[in-house]
Amino acid sequence: MNTLLIPLATEPGNRALTISLFTAVVAVTLYITWWASRQNKTAADYYAGGRSFTGAQNGLAVAGDYMSAASFLGISGQIALYGYDGFLYSIGFLVAWLVALLLVAELLRNSGRFTMADQLAFRMKQRPVRTAAATSTIVVSIFYLLAQMVGAGSLVGLLLGVKSEGVKAAVIILVGALMIVYVTVGGMRGTTWVQIVKAVLLMAGTVVITFLVLLKFHFNISDLLGSAATKSGHGESFLQPGLLYGKDLTGQIDFLSLGLALVLGTAGLPHILIRFYTVPDSRSARRSVQWAIGLIGVFYLMTLALGFGAAALLNTGKGSAVAESKGNVASPLLAESVGGGAGSVGGAILLALIAAVAFATILAVVAGLTLTSASSFAHDLYANVIAKTKPSEKSELRVARFAAIGIGAVAIALAIPAQKLNIAFLVALAFAVAASANLPALLFNLFWRRFNTSGAVWSIYGGLISAVVLVVFSPVVSGKPTSMITGADFAWFPLSNPGIVSIPLGFLFGVLGTFLGRDRSSETRYNELSVRALTGAGAEGPGKH
Amino acid sequence: MDQEVVRERDARAYEAVHDAADFTELKRRYKNFVVPWTIAFMAWYLAYVACNNWARGFMSHRLGGSHINVALIFGLLQFVSTFVIAAVYGRFANRRLDPLAHGLNAKYKRERRR
Repeated sequence: MNTLLIPLATEPGNRALTISLFTAVVAVTLYITWWASRQNKTAADYYAGGRSFTGAQNGLAVAGDYMSAASFLGISGQIALYGYDGFLYSIGFLVAWLVALLLVAELLRNSGRFTMADQLAFRMKQRPVRTAAATSTIVVSIFYLLAQMVGAGSLVGLLLGVKSEGVKAAVIILVGALMIVYVTVGGMRGTTWVQIVKAVLLMAGTVVITFLVLLKFHFNISDLLGSAATKSGHGESFLQPGLLYGKDLTGQIDFLSLGLALVLGTAGLPHILIRFYTVPDSRSARRSVQWAIGLIGVFYLMTLALGFGAAALLNTGKGSAVAESKGNVASPLLAESVGGGAGSVGGAILLALIAAVAFATILAVVAGLTLTSASSFAHDLYANVIAKTKPSEKSELRVARFAAIGIGAVAIALAIPAQKLNIAFLVALAFAVAASANLPALLFNLFWRRFNTSGAVWSIYGGLISAVVLVVFSPVVSGKPTSMITGADFAWFPLSNPGIVSIPLGFLFGVLGTFLGRDRSSETRYNELSVRALTGAGAEGPGKH
Repeated sequence: MDQEVVRERDARAYEAVHDAADFTELKRRYKNFVVPWTIAFMAWYLAYVACNNWARGFMSHRLGGSHINVALIFGLLQFVSTFVIAAVYGRFANRRLDPLAHGLNAKYKRERRR
C-alpha cells in the first residue's frame, strides 16, 4: 500500500533535485516580490499594479490565475481515469471566457477602480452594496483558496514521497506564509509578475510533456486514443460520454447544472475580475482576455494529450498510484515515464520539473486569491463601511496588508482540518456561487436601468445563500457513502451541483429586490455608468511612472 | 463645496455624451453584436452538454476506421468556435466600436473643460 502511495522521488537523489527546484521557485518569486515592492507607492500600485501592464502581460497573468493546480493536475487526472468525460470540465471553463470577453471585462475596466464592488457602488448606495459584494468576494475566494491549499498539502506530500498528516499541515502553513509575504510585500504588481512567471513555466512544462507523449505515438492521435482505451480496461466506452457523468436522469440534470455553473461562473470570479484593473484601458482588457483564451485553450488541448497519454502509458487500474490519488499524480508520473521511466535520469529531471511547476502554480493562485479578499476587505468594508470618515490612502493600504495576514491565517486554519474535503467540489462550489451571486448583479447593473440597491443586495445574498444552502442539503454533504458526513442523511436536494437552481434564483432575487425596494435614485446615474462603461470617459487611467 | 461643483460639471459632461448621436450608435452596434453572439455560443455550448447527456449514440459514432468519434470532434469544435468568436469580436471592437468610443471620450473631455 505504502509503496504504491509513495511512487515519486523516493530516491534520495531525486528528492534532493525536487527540493532544490522547489527552493528555486520560492527564491525567484520572493525576489520578484521584493523588486515589485520597491515600485509600489500609491493605492493604484498596490491594488491594480499601477494599471500599467500590457494586454499580453495581463493575459498571461489571467491565464496564470485561472490554470490552477486543480486544472493542471485535476483535469489531466480525470481524463486519465474517466477518459472523455474528464475533458468536459475544460470545455465549460474555456467557453466561459466568451461571457467575460463580450459582456464583462471591458465594461468593468472602464467603470470600476479596484474591486468588483466599485462597479456596483457607482450608482448604488455604498454601504449595503459594498458589504454584500465584499461578503460574496471573500466567500468565493475562501472556497477557492481552501481547494488550492488542501491540494497543496496532499500534492506536495505525494511529490516528495511523504504521507504524514504533520508534513501536509507543515506544507499548508509554508504555502500560507509565502502567500502572505507575496501579497503584503508585493501587492498586485508582485502578484501579477508571479502569475506571469508561473504561466510561462506551466505552458513550457506542458508543451514538453505533450510533445514527448505525442512522439511516443508518432503523432497519430487515433493510436494514442486507441491505446488509452485498451489500456484503461474500459475499451471504446473510455472515449465516449457516460463514464463519469449522467448515469441516470438525476445525474444528467446534475451534469447540465455543472455545465451552467462552469460557463457562467468565470465572469463572476472576483480574483479574475480585478485582473482587468491592471491594464491601462478597455482595449488592453480586451487583448488580455484574447490572450487568456488562446493560452487557456491551448493548455486544455494539451491536458487532453496528457490525460490520454497517462491512460495509455501508466497503470491506472484499481490500487495504482494514479487511481489512489484520484488522478492528481497522473501528470507528474507521466512526465517521469516519457522522460525515460522510473530510475532514469531523464525521468527524474522531468518529474522534478513538473512537480516544481505544480508548486509554482499553487503559490501563484493562492496569492491572487488572498490579494482579492484583502483588497475587498480594505477598500470595500474598511474604507467605505467600517470607518466613520474616509480613511487616508496610507491607512487603507495598511488595513489591506493586515487583512492579507488575517485571511492567510484563516485559510491556513481552515485548510488543515479540511484535508479530507474533495477539491473538485470546493472549486465547483466557488464557480456556482460566483455565477449565482456575482454575475446577476454585475449584468443587471450594466444593462438594466431600473436595477437598484435592494436589487443588488437581494441578488448577491440570494444567489450566495441559495447556492450554499442547496449544497449543504445535497448528497455531497450527507446521505451517501461518498458524502462529507457519513452516517447522517439530511439531503433533500438531489443534485451535487446547485447552479441550475441557484443561478436563476440569483437573477430572480435581483428582479424581486428591485421592484420591492422601489428606490429609483440609482436610475439617475445609469446614463453616466453606461457612457463610462462603453466609452471609457472618466475611467481610471494608468499610473504615472 | 468644490467637490460638488466638480460632480455637477462631470454629470453635465456625461449627459452631453449620452445625448450624442454617436453614443446611440455605439450602444446600438455593441448590443447588435453582443446579444446574438451570446445567444449563439450559449446555445451551441448547451447543445454540446445536452448531446453528452441525451444523444450518446450519435456522440459515440466513430469517424472512418479511427478511434476519433463525434463527441471528441464536437468538443474540439467548442474550442474552435471560442477562438473564432474571440477573434471576430476583437476585430469588430477594434474597427466598429473603438473609433466611436475614442471620439466620445474626447467629447467628454471637451465638455468637462467648458
